[in-house]
This record gives sequence, structure tokens and C-alpha cells, in this order.
Amino acid sequence: MNTDTSLVTRSHEENWLPILELAVEEVFEIMVGCRVKVAAPSEHKPNEEFTAMVGLAGALCGILTVCCDAKTAGEAAKRMLGDTADSQEQVADALGEICNMIAGNFKNKLAGTDGQCMLSVPTVISGGEYSFHSLAEGTSVETVMLFEGAPIAVRLQLES
Amino acid sequence: MDKITVLIVDDSSVMRKIVERSLRQAGIELEKVVEASNGAEALVALQSNVVDLILCDINMPVMDGLEFVRQAATVESAKGIPIVMITTEGSESHVVQALTAGARGYIRKPFTPDQVKEHVLPVLGKKQ
Repeated sequence: MNTDTSLVTRSHEENWLPILELAVEEVFEIMVGCRVKVAAPSEHKPNEEFTAMVGLAGALCGILTVCCDAKTAGEAAKRMLGDTADSQEQVADALGEICNMIAGNFKNKLAGTDGQCMLSVPTVISGGEYSFHSLAEGTSVETVMLFEGAPIAVRLQLES
Repeated sequence: MDKITVLIVDDSSVMRKIVERSLRQAGIELEKVVEASNGAEALVALQSNVVDLILCDINMPVMDGLEFVRQAATVESAKGIPIVMITTEGSESHVVQALTAGARGYIRKPFTPDQVKEHVLPVLGKKQ
């Protein structure tokens, strides 16, 4: 059994945040066709009507979530698909894929995770009336990005 | 270039559409697009479709992309069909596993149509 946790223990929120933000920027620029800008989380809190999540296991153990309001999720889906994104199912699918690509892009940018970190398939919750409890109570990295002026929150919660 | 039939394997219908669009944007003319949402569905699709190219995700429920590539290598009707992985899994070990299992190319998500062209045309025996 590999018990090396040095990757996690030597990593800190302050040096993972820019990597996470770069991963988000690249996914939106390449796959959604739109640049996103970093915003102050204290000033922009999204209405969390859609929450996409992808689990990480192995060298990194935790969960990555992407939250935004329904209008923003719909706009991102339309940008990805053209004007054919007309159902809530497609909107959820698109947001799940965005979350999946951010998680993959983030871990691919981290040195030392090669082959040691696995991703789950994405899950998407629609509706904001829920409580989120992760067993991965350790390092937490969060950023809010503005997409067409609307906030999208991206959170990475990792087991310590 | 002759029109081709492609099998796109991904659990996301959104991603299947994006992959199809990227192929068209890369200048690859498509005769027919066959879709499957996991490796098991893809194996069934290969029984009733003659395809020229397979683009396949790795992380999927039921049967993942690596297992699909391994099993496709044993299916007579699938032998010789180039498989290109298109996935968020970007580690060298995943690339090695995929290529060892029989995949001919590997594209990391997020991807551009140019990257699709760069990886797909050579396996179709076409110059860029």
C-alpha cells in the first residue's frame, strides 16, 4: 500500500489556488468559448441552483464542486452546444462535464499525481435547498469566477 | 478525404456532440455518427455498425474506456479500427495503459478542434 501523503502535506491553499484558477480559465476558454475572470468571493456569491461535483480518490482525496445559478448554467451549456441546449438534462450534463474537465485539468497540472489520482463520474444537483457535508475535511480551496458577469464558484475540498 | 463512420463513446451526451462538432471543424467528413454511453454499449454497437474510427472516453460507468479497448481488441469486427482516447485523464500511466491496450491516439480534455485534427488524421492515414 502506498502511504506517501507528501503531496498533500506539502501543498497549501495559496499555491493551489492559482493552479485551480488556471484550470478553470482554460476549460472555459477552450470548451465554452468564453474567458472568465477571477472575482472576490466576498463580493460575488452565486445563487447555487446548480451544483456539479466530481470526487477525487488516491493521492488527492476529496471533492471538487462547481456552483452557479440556473441562468448561468444554461448560458454555459448553450455556449458549449450552440443553441441546441434546451433541456434541463442537457444543462446538467454540460455543467457536469465542465466540472469533470476542471478536476482533470487541475490534477494534470499538479506534479506528483501521475496515475495516483482517480476521478469519479460527475454528479449534478439542481435546486439549492440542500446541505453539503463532505467527509473530506482538510484543505479547502475556493475561487469565484465571473462568466458573462455572473459568478461561478469552484471549490476543492481535500482530506488532510 | 472519403466520408467516414465514427463511433463516439462518452457517458455525456453533451461531450458526444462536442466531439462530433470538433471532427467536422477539423475538416473530417462524416457519413454517419454512432453513439454509445459506455464501453459495453460500444461493443454492442460494433456488432451492427461498420465504423472507420472510434473516439472513446475513459471514465464511464458500466464499462470504462480502457476495458473497452482491451475487449475490442478481441472482437473480430473491431480489429483494425483505430481507437483514439479523448479524456480528462492526462497522466502518463493512463496514456501508457491506453496505448498498450491498443489505442492509437490520446487526446486530453479540454481540447481544440486542431488537437482533434492533429491526433485523428494520422490514424486515418491522412496527412494534415
